Amino acid sequence: MSGLERSGQNASSRFSIDFKALGPFLALVLLFILGTSINDAFLSSGNLSNIFTRSAFIGIIAVGATFVITAGGIDLSVGSMAAFISGAMIVVMNGLVETLGPGLETVLIGVVLSIVLGIGAGAINGLVSTKGKIEAFIVTLGTMGIYRSLVTYMADGGTLSLDFEIRGTYRPVYYGDLLGIPVPVLVFLAVAVAGYVLLNMTPFGRKCFAIGSNEQVARYSAIHVDRVKTMTYVIQGICVSVATIIYVPRLGSASSSTGVLWELEAIAAVIIGGTMLKGGYGRIWGTVIGAIMLTTIGNILNLTDAISNYLNGAVQGLIIIVAVFLQRGDWRRKKSK
Amino acid sequence: MTDTAGDAVDPGIGGELRLSGRKICKSFGPAQVLFDVSIDLRAGEVHALLGENGAGKSTLVKILSGYHQPTEGELVLDGANVSFADSAVGEAHGVILIHQELNLAEQLTVEENIFLGREIKRGWFLDKVAMRAEAKRLLSQLQCNVDPRARIRDLAVSDRQMVEIAKALSKKADILILDEPTAVLTGREVDILFDQIRRLREQGVAILYISHKLDEIKAIADRVTVLRDGRHIITEPVAELTKDDMARLMVGRDITQMFPDRVSDTSAPIVLSVRDLSLAGQVRDASFDLHKGEVLGFAGIVGAGRTALMEAIIGLREKSSGVIERNGKPVRISSLQDAKDCGIAYLTKDRKGSGLLLNMDMRPNLTLLALEKFGRVILDRKAEEAALERAIAAFDIRAADRKAKVGDFSGGNQQKLLLAKVMETDPDIVIIDEPTRGIDIGTKSQIYHFIGDLTDRGKSVILLSSEMPEMLGLSDRIAVMAAGRITGILEGNDRNEHEIMRHATGISGQEGVSVHERT
Repeated sequence: MSGLERSGQNASSRFSIDFKALGPFLALVLLFILGTSINDAFLSSGNLSNIFTRSAFIGIIAVGATFVITAGGIDLSVGSMAAFISGAMIVVMNGLVETLGPGLETVLIGVVLSIVLGIGAGAINGLVSTKGKIEAFIVTLGTMGIYRSLVTYMADGGTLSLDFEIRGTYRPVYYGDLLGIPVPVLVFLAVAVAGYVLLNMTPFGRKCFAIGSNEQVARYSAIHVDRVKTMTYVIQGICVSVATIIYVPRLGSASSSTGVLWELEAIAAVIIGGTMLKGGYGRIWGTVIGAIMLTTIGNILNLTDAISNYLNGAVQGLIIIVAVFLQRGDWRRKKSK
Repeated sequence: MTDTAGDAVDPGIGGELRLSGRKICKSFGPAQVLFDVSIDLRAGEVHALLGENGAGKSTLVKILSGYHQPTEGELVLDGANVSFADSAVGEAHGVILIHQELNLAEQLTVEENIFLGREIKRGWFLDKVAMRAEAKRLLSQLQCNVDPRARIRDLAVSDRQMVEIAKALSKKADILILDEPTAVLTGREVDILFDQIRRLREQGVAILYISHKLDEIKAIADRVTVLRDGRHIITEPVAELTKDDMARLMVGRDITQMFPDRVSDTSAPIVLSVRDLSLAGQVRDASFDLHKGEVLGFAGIVGAGRTALMEAIIGLREKSSGVIERNGKPVRISSLQDAKDCGIAYLTKDRKGSGLLLNMDMRPNLTLLALEKFGRVILDRKAEEAALERAIAAFDIRAADRKAKVGDFSGGNQQKLLLAKVMETDPDIVIIDEPTRGIDIGTKSQIYHFIGDLTDRGKSVILLSSEMPEMLGLSDRIAVMAAGRITGILEGNDRNEHEIMRHATGISGQEGVSVHERT
């Protein structure tokens, strides 16, 4: 209540914000120390490059999810969306081989298609939940099923495989590198930087924070709440399509099991990174670190026999819960009481 | 330790001493907010706690009821030292605090809330019949005709307050602390509440009553304790102090001029004209004019449609018919953005629910409404900081820490920040809904003078208020609404409490509507 009291309370909240900012980073450093102590190969450039490259898919999707969650929404459909977009890309590119050949044009058309589908799918999620006034959880639960069954239908229950010759053209997008840095890592970095600028330095980002904090206040501040929220889902859709563009040359196929549970991994990366699930506070760099952490855990379990690799999910789950517990910050206050 | 009956005890009016705080100090981190404050509550007495926002009232009552622990000092209950580890222990000893912000589960029903955590059971099952009967009995005691089965979210704020009090009664509270209970109540509800407080006093309950409203303290309290800057200033029987005494003790200086001196000029050009505006089910055929440099008051009882009318004018609600003219030209306002473009700004009365982002600091709050001013592509943080600097100086926002969350601010500072936020859009017309709800007298006067400054600079103000003194002290003309209609626009000597009440209750003024509709 009083001015003095305020500064007192702030001393503790400043502490927790610092913890929020540094916590994920410290945890990642710890994981790296653990990895090195288990196996010297962990820090080899080959292994590190592998970790970052693999983080890229979930990481790019999670950058989009950071927008959705910061603005108070949730998108459960991203994994299915990725499967659907890769399926559609493969079908169209395979179909174009006869007319356009397996060259760059075909791949470019596939890429453009991916972006268009990502924007469209995101817009559907956003518009249905805002204009239809249905909770995002329910809308995206629905579209999750829809996108997933569309890919199953396209593949006739089986697997869609990319034409072998196109694979050759498309290959560098996943396996190529620039100055020794793998292309997916570069794309991940670019998406993260763009996401950071958009979320933290633009009016749009500020509006996302405002809506996630209190939609009513945002509305009374002349913010077009529905428009901004829909935009966050479109951004999410674009991120999914970018991740898919990188993913397709890696596996060269799509089936009903493509991208299963990616939505949960993306949300986990966002939450580990310090973004609040109920909205109003988001951190892009936290999300990036969260995504790298999730991959690192799997990688470390691969390098050691101490814990079975089959327990990967359990360790990840544990880390998520511990991360959120630490970020809450009031565990410390309780102790001091 | 037993009762040492010393320093804290003043010659009281009521019965035996129940709960006292002795030399209470409280620090949050390095900041001390209470300094050696002593207070005692007696059975059968209403003890008022008075102080400006930030004086430490809420902290003190939170210590008395177990929400906070004192850093130094002790609590004495019925002669024995006690320490309340948390509010549940306090409640077990019969000490109950009813918060300023009500603590009710919105999705649950009235009866479920009253018995939350203390449900009456029959074997393993809830005894709903017994709970409903008991809830009914408690509510009828309060002359509150809320259905026990109604959900809290469907109730008016004033009814929710009654439910809170019913809940406290059901816990057999014999030391009851009310933190600004009337902030959201209408006049009639305040009367009912006071009847209840008197009844509880007769039953020997010790009551600590926190309020900014000196009238109320005069009406209900036996003794008053004044806090200022975390220090105990005085404890006296209310009868021995005038309202001016109390105001002076609370603020620490004389408030020479509560309201600004203003010269009104009704021949000034009309800047806003509303004709036959209707809003389905809430407002019918509202028409009025607003002059440049004028304060136009809107009076009426709660539910008369004043807020609905204003929210329709600024595009937050869809109007069913009506024309709005700005400087003589018809304008279409279908969103708050449109209103902003027309130079109209609106200060909500619900500063916590729709005004400010409580989990954020001042800067994003200040610039949120005028964000495009600070960059269309990339926000200019330096410009934002500069704007904050200006706002803090212009509106005298007293924040110890610039990075503190706005939710931790006192009501007065929040209201000043909200005013600053709205003024960032540089509006010509400012609609202010309840500018001083829950704000102490010193800050109130400041806000009145801010409003005076606005009109001096040629801006026009529409003022919605339930507080008669500020309505009369600020407004050049007063429009009165009853049941969705403007029943009269009072000017000159007609601007008095009696005329306002006559029009607000619909006794007078239907002709007032027709006169205005035909102008």
